[in-house]
Amino acid sequence: MQTGISPQEKTVTDERPTATVETPQTVLPEPMLPLAVMAEHVSKRFHVGRKKRPVVAINDVSIQIERNEIYGILGANGSGKSTLIRLFSTLLTLDTGRVEIFGHDIERDEMAVKRLINRVSVDAAFFKKLSPFENLIYAARLYGMDAKLARVEAIRILARLGISEKRLSRPLEQMSRGMQQKVAIARALLTSPILLLLDEPTTGLDPRSKLDVQTFIEDVRDNHDATIVLTTHDLDEAERLCRRIAILNDGRIVAEDTPAGLMAMVAAEHGQPPTMESVFMTFTGRSLDDDVEEKEPEEDE
Amino acid sequence: MAILTRELRASYAFVERNFNLTKRYWGWEVAFLVYSVAGALAVALIGQSQNDQVLLLTLVVGAIFWNYLSILFSFIAETVAWERWEGTLEYTFMAPIRRWTHMLGSTIFAVTYGLSHTVVMLVVLALFFDLDLAQADLVTAGVFMVLGSFSFIGIGIMTAILPLMYVERGAQMTFVLQSVLLLISGVYYSVEILPEWMQFLSNFSPATYVLDAVREGLINGTSVGALLHDVWPLLIMAVVFIPVGLWAFGRAERYAKRTGRLKRVG
Repeated sequence: MQTGISPQEKTVTDERPTATVETPQTVLPEPMLPLAVMAEHVSKRFHVGRKKRPVVAINDVSIQIERNEIYGILGANGSGKSTLIRLFSTLLTLDTGRVEIFGHDIERDEMAVKRLINRVSVDAAFFKKLSPFENLIYAARLYGMDAKLARVEAIRILARLGISEKRLSRPLEQMSRGMQQKVAIARALLTSPILLLLDEPTTGLDPRSKLDVQTFIEDVRDNHDATIVLTTHDLDEAERLCRRIAILNDGRIVAEDTPAGLMAMVAAEHGQPPTMESVFMTFTGRSLDDDVEEKEPEEDE
Repeated sequence: MAILTRELRASYAFVERNFNLTKRYWGWEVAFLVYSVAGALAVALIGQSQNDQVLLLTLVVGAIFWNYLSILFSFIAETVAWERWEGTLEYTFMAPIRRWTHMLGSTIFAVTYGLSHTVVMLVVLALFFDLDLAQADLVTAGVFMVLGSFSFIGIGIMTAILPLMYVERGAQMTFVLQSVLLLISGVYYSVEILPEWMQFLSNFSPATYVLDAVREGLINGTSVGALLHDVWPLLIMAVVFIPVGLWAFGRAERYAKRTGRLKRVG
């Protein structure tokens, strides 16, 4: 099995260590079906100003994600996590490289890919004056679902997330941030995606809401034919939910393995305590609290 | 057939969503309608003050039909800008729908909304001024409204590109373009009084032909057959602007995806 580490990345390019992945847990049998996600040497740059150098947001990233896997992407702010999710979501075009979602090339078969995926972003983006029902039925219709069926499904999914039917007719702006995020998760799941892209779904949630969402993600993993890509800041969350984790730093994958494999690696090779925090610090040289300025394209160039 | 059903269902999603938003913002809708009616009355009263029935009808037609065309234009042109404000743009562009499906839904709602506004204004102004429409050819007015709608839809789609490419300034550019159309199309006066270069520009505005023909129909009772000089420019604009608009929108979407401009909110 290929790892997410390209040959170039195996050559240490800075002071920080780079992982080589040889742990037995990651060796999987030759897949009979296409991979859920297969990204090869993907790069993405943004122009942030006429007189400034382009910023490399994603730098030669290769990833293979198996079906029904929860794959975590850990990284500080500005490391490229959301850009990678946007590339997989067809919201950005690739500069170089290739991405296939269940065997469909995201550039050539964009419409087919769109039917297979859905995404939850860190901000619950809705028409806030509309009710959860109105927002969810709108989303369901865009995916060709029947409104009556969507209504029934929405009630069922939201009940599992702890939101009762009677709260679904009031404007979303009257709901708490945690509840809005749960509605966002329901919106994504309503269309039965087989690849769910969760971009920091629990960031900013209170502990109770966070736990509800994490439990729900486990439930989706256990009971649905869905593959999940999860970006997070939360090391415990990554350890609890993800089968494998990639650590993204400055747009490059600097380590990839199971949580246990990563922790064992930092303990054995770097003499660090076997914790996810040590893993993160070892491979990125900074803590998760360190902010890197987010690079944006220049306004109205 | 299944694909068409799915796409039509998706188109209806935009109609239903905009209808729901209109319901939720009903207070603003009432305020907007009152403002439009008051504006039209204020303009038309100039004709009344001159005791000139033809001037009165010219102004009434200008106010009502410009209101319709500008609603149509702005609803379509601001499709992207609204979603930027709400933060939902990425979700709409991630959905498995074709862009014509998206635009069709926005257009159906815009036409329905614009027509409702126009009917209310027409009734209020007709009652207020006790308009004499005995000679009017209503078929002419209807035909030119339909013809004008197509070309305005095309311009609207082309203009919707601006907020897609220019995150903040795009919406401002849309507004400027609408103002220029108002100025050059002879909404409240004949285009013949404009400077020559503006008269030249007025040839490229569908509103010029719509307003000219509707006035002819409602004031002089002229039939569509006698207004072919207004028909063919509108037909050409409709046939050219809509496909060109959809093509250009596709290119702009690609540009936005390349440069990361779908992400940012206005």
